[in-house]
Amino acid sequence: MSILAFLEWVGQTPWSIALHESLYMYPLLESTHVMALGWFVGLAVMFDLRLLGWTFRTVPTTEFTSRLLPWVQAGFAVMFVTGLLLFYAIPVRNYQNIFFRVKMIMLVLAVLNIWYFHNRTERSIGEWDTQARPPQAARVAAVASILLWLSIVVAGRMIAYNWFDCDIQPQSDFINWAAGCVVPLPP
Amino acid sequence: MDVNLLPFFEWSEASWIGNAIRDSLWLFPVIEAIHLLGLCVLGGSILVVDLRMLGAGLRNTPIGQLARDVRPWLVASVAVMLLTGTALFASEAIKCYYNTSFWVKMTTLPFALLFTFTVRQRIAQMAGINTSARTRLVALASIALWFTVAAAGRWIGFS
Repeated sequence: MSILAFLEWVGQTPWSIALHESLYMYPLLESTHVMALGWFVGLAVMFDLRLLGWTFRTVPTTEFTSRLLPWVQAGFAVMFVTGLLLFYAIPVRNYQNIFFRVKMIMLVLAVLNIWYFHNRTERSIGEWDTQARPPQAARVAAVASILLWLSIVVAGRMIAYNWFDCDIQPQSDFINWAAGCVVPLPP
Repeated sequence: MDVNLLPFFEWSEASWIGNAIRDSLWLFPVIEAIHLLGLCVLGGSILVVDLRMLGAGLRNTPIGQLARDVRPWLVASVAVMLLTGTALFASEAIKCYYNTSFWVKMTTLPFALLFTFTVRQRIAQMAGINTSARTRLVALASIALWFTVAAAGRWIGFS
């Protein structure tokens, strides 16, 4: 079964339809998703600013990794669960939305960036924990993190716009390909 | 006292900023996206200190120092929010006039700003490494105020 066929089935399940058509649940989920930005992305950016040495210069970086990170992770959990439910409510439309696809790709890159920082750069944190300006590898990770998360926010916001939706044709071949639209061949 | 504010809203809607944003396909989304990015930085700047005043987060750093360090980012994000927010407002001022969420936001926002830059700032500066009932109360009030502003702001789009 193709991903599209699977998601078409998901979109027909009673809970997905109920969520999609609900008067308050969907807006509540979306509001929670948006406001948790200030929590998750906000605190992540604070961590990144410390890694850049742009502020909190006298606060040891391990203060952030040990005491602030659990709060960042909790914020991410809220983003993830609400995001998953928002997708579940309108699966096909999201799957074939070009901004959603860009967002997912950048999400993977953001996770890879975290993975690399955690397993490589952070290994030597004992040597630069109290440095006002952490080493270049840490600063590069911070810039990548800020750029990726802010792009994810913008792409996420743009999902709401239907400019490139599959049911609005004609679109360019590139858009139809990138969004995975199934376009009937001209007769 | 009965002040009719509708003419001001009509004037805002008819302003060149309002017209330019309405006439453009992408101007509103772009400004709104920047408004959201401002929300991220503002949320982080507020929360990192509020968590600390509640006794969580960066507990080994004195509260006053944390508040001082983050202040430029707080001020800058508030400035971005106010600028982009004004532009977004101008593009749909009449809709806002008849929108309850908008009025909730505009009533709460001045209190949130005033509280943040007077009471909260003073309490944070005076506080050292230990939290107290006072710092916790200030942090809770700050979170409640900014939460209301953000929630009402998001809800403008739903009604």
